[in-house]
Amino acid sequence: MAQVSMTVNGKAASGEVEGRTLLSSFLRDQLMLTGTHVGCDTSQCGACVVHVDGHAVKSCTMLAMEAEGADIATIEGQANADGSLNVIQQAFQDHHGLQCGFCTPGMVMSAAALLKENPKPSEQEVRAYLEGNICRCTGYHNIVKAIMAASGQDVTAIAAE
Amino acid sequence: MPKDGGIGASSKRREDVRFLTGAGNYTDDINMHGQAYVHFLRSDVAHGTIKSIDTSAAAGMPGVVRVFTGADFEGVGSIPCGWQVTDRHGQPMQEPAHPILAQGKVRHVGEPVAAVVAETYEQARDAAEAIGLDIDELPAVVDMKAALDSGATKVHDDLNDNLCYDWGFVEENKEAVNKAFDDAAHVTSLELVNNRLVANPMEPRVAVGDYARGTDESTLYTTSQNPHVIRLLMGAFVLGIPEHKLRVVAPDVGGGFGTKIFHYQEEAFCTFAAKACNRPVKWTSSRSEAFISDAHGRDHVTKIELALDADNNFTAIRTETHANMGAYLSTFAPSVPTWLHGTLMAGNYKTPLIYVNVKAVFTNTVPVDAYRGAGRPEATFQLERVVDKAARELGVDPIALRRQNFITEFPYATPVAVEYDTGDYHGTMDKLEEIADFSGFAARRTESEKHGKLRGLGVNCYIEACGIAPSNLVGQLGARAGLYESATVRVNATGGLVVMTGSHSHGQGHETSFAQVVAEMIGIDESMVEIVHGDTANTPMGMGTYGSRSIAVGGSAMVRATEKIINKAKKIASHLLEASEADIELKDGAFSVAGTDKSVAWGDVTLAAYVPHNYPLEDIEPGLEETAFYDPANFTYPSGAYACEVEVDPDTGKVTIDRFAAADDFGNIINPMIVTGQVHGGIAQGIGQALLENCAYDENGQLLSASYMDYAMPRADDLPMFSVDHSSQTPCTHNPLGVKGCGEAGAIGSPPAVVNAVVDALQSAGKGVTHIDMPLSPDRVWAAMNG
Repeated sequence: MAQVSMTVNGKAASGEVEGRTLLSSFLRDQLMLTGTHVGCDTSQCGACVVHVDGHAVKSCTMLAMEAEGADIATIEGQANADGSLNVIQQAFQDHHGLQCGFCTPGMVMSAAALLKENPKPSEQEVRAYLEGNICRCTGYHNIVKAIMAASGQDVTAIAAE
Repeated sequence: MPKDGGIGASSKRREDVRFLTGAGNYTDDINMHGQAYVHFLRSDVAHGTIKSIDTSAAAGMPGVVRVFTGADFEGVGSIPCGWQVTDRHGQPMQEPAHPILAQGKVRHVGEPVAAVVAETYEQARDAAEAIGLDIDELPAVVDMKAALDSGATKVHDDLNDNLCYDWGFVEENKEAVNKAFDDAAHVTSLELVNNRLVANPMEPRVAVGDYARGTDESTLYTTSQNPHVIRLLMGAFVLGIPEHKLRVVAPDVGGGFGTKIFHYQEEAFCTFAAKACNRPVKWTSSRSEAFISDAHGRDHVTKIELALDADNNFTAIRTETHANMGAYLSTFAPSVPTWLHGTLMAGNYKTPLIYVNVKAVFTNTVPVDAYRGAGRPEATFQLERVVDKAARELGVDPIALRRQNFITEFPYATPVAVEYDTGDYHGTMDKLEEIADFSGFAARRTESEKHGKLRGLGVNCYIEACGIAPSNLVGQLGARAGLYESATVRVNATGGLVVMTGSHSHGQGHETSFAQVVAEMIGIDESMVEIVHGDTANTPMGMGTYGSRSIAVGGSAMVRATEKIINKAKKIASHLLEASEADIELKDGAFSVAGTDKSVAWGDVTLAAYVPHNYPLEDIEPGLEETAFYDPANFTYPSGAYACEVEVDPDTGKVTIDRFAAADDFGNIINPMIVTGQVHGGIAQGIGQALLENCAYDENGQLLSASYMDYAMPRADDLPMFSVDHSSQTPCTHNPLGVKGCGEAGAIGSPPAVVNAVVDALQSAGKGVTHIDMPLSPDRVWAAMNG
């Protein structure tokens, strides 16, 4: 067991981990940040996406010890300071971009990373970027629409919800 | 103008806020004080005799609490099957025992053989690797038809053979059907595979067992679509725990699609082990485990024949299907290829004679059970493929052939035992022609050809049967359960309501849409209504959510309970207003006396019910809480017409979905936004089946497609935007809301549209391809074009 320390959603966090402990496990089991979900064991589904030093990372693919000293952002830290939904979260609700909610934290975190590097993505760019995030409920239609709406684009021409 | 609340409004989902902020409460988010963790050692061979299990080394490993094997469960009940099918000869199906941990033999890869309970997951997994398991491997039964050969290896030694049942429907019609084929002007036949799928809700299954020694009460937290069903099956048939000592909680559940209906061994194990170890025991499935332990779906091999007269009227349908049950009978497995499939074979057409034969087969594979649509996609696929093939053989327009044979008068009694109450199949087809822009297809095809691509248009219809019922009928058909639903409406003194429903929401948005219904009935704001579900301790006995039954059955129960509330509230109001009860009207949250300006607010009446100072105590009880159970008179019958446009790359065989349109008739609609989302998701799963997904077993019974690296889940860049319409509405005539259900339609209606479109594309290039089995992967399409 080894000590690991990092910043999570702006607060210092530390704990004892095994060398094999995944970042996703550390967040969920030790910090009790259960908004980060684990939907597979082959780094395919993207439900566990968090930001590490500003980059989208599948937290099931990174050891907790690799995050030593890093700045981590999870879904729990995404809302506005007053607790209201941020622009992306609000767009997901407005456009019904979620159903069961299990993939949603990863989708929101991926969307945030996408819009940071590409503020006005096309539909095809959104779809390509989400290649590593699987949703079984929505058929992606409303997720793509929500992300484009969150980027400030007019989505009224896209088929109605 | 869209409504801003109540029935028909696209109210934003209240549950979204917690899901979007990481504040959901999924089963894996539940951690009990002092909990231990279980890891299951699963068979890595498909069939074999267990010679020995040596747990001594594992038991001594760090952190191990206890190691369990099948020997610990001798005398414990078998995992029960909830539906008994009677075969063509009046005999009950063959029904094998289904142990919690393997007893003597293993029968599929993934069957749990032993279980290690330890302080941490890692310790449990490490110790499981130290178990000495000696299995004498036997030949695996994988192919369904070979499984029925005389002399085939038996999956279950104590059964006669591998045939679960041989079902004929309607058996009395068989000779008349055969004669119709003898007399037919044209017969189209088609052999096809309905490919085996894994439901793959994004949340893997989880079970947490807890036991309170002081009160002898067990609690199971589980990823279930129907916690009361699990409580009944596990309590009464497996572990022998009376229902009043057993609580089952299914909190936020991350998708189900059928595979979380069933009672699984892991649930019984965790409940049992919590008592045996006297501490909570938690199991979280990995995705790899899910592939080999969640019940699979579909897996039918069918020959269908369609007889037509000289005027192209359908005169008879005859089918022969082999349906894979896997190694054991999952909870509702026997009902899927029979009563959920044979009864749908009329589809949208007035075919007078139908005979369906189904042979259900045991194999050394994971059990197969209901997956989104469950029997209805299989029926729709074969029917809509054979109709399309017939049109091409006869040189007639596929839509015209369908329209010619549509049922147009309702109610309509089919020759397969069901009666459609309402529908308008021309109406949905008209709507489809409009939204799919058929008139622009020729120009789009020309454009595709300029780029070296083949474009095809595929169309099909579907009929669904939702809210399977009534209970007395399904009991005659073999169901070992009732299929009603329940609701308790509790009005608080200050006027807010809590609706405790037996339905379960795992993505469908009931917390929003159910509240819309009650708010509309009373005339209050939706925010005054809270929907509670998923916990047997605070909801009435309910059958849960599957088969698109929640609004049609659960919603009806809620309406009935709310009507009781309103009736009682009117009595109280009549007392407060000193008027006749018959003159009391409820509108916009206030009771008034007809023809006067006297009124009393909803909140004043609810307060009077709980503070009954001025109250007719001699006539009615205080309080305002009512329960209703609703058992439907019939199924509901949503229907629709779907169109798919594909581009096929002739060099690679890759199929791209360019356009997809769906025109559905769901009857009345509570929340259009949610309904559209349900259709989107269903279409995506149907396209997944048609183009991408497949469970591939090798001849040894090894599952080759057992991870997301190998099983092709539809991703964002595999799918287009969908054009969805549900403005064609023929309300259900036998439930109070006139609703039909929408959860499965997309998955039922979409696969034939995709395959029809690909066949159309290939035939446009002069290829003589009449059918390709799903999934239409590039290699299969290329081989069909070049074979």
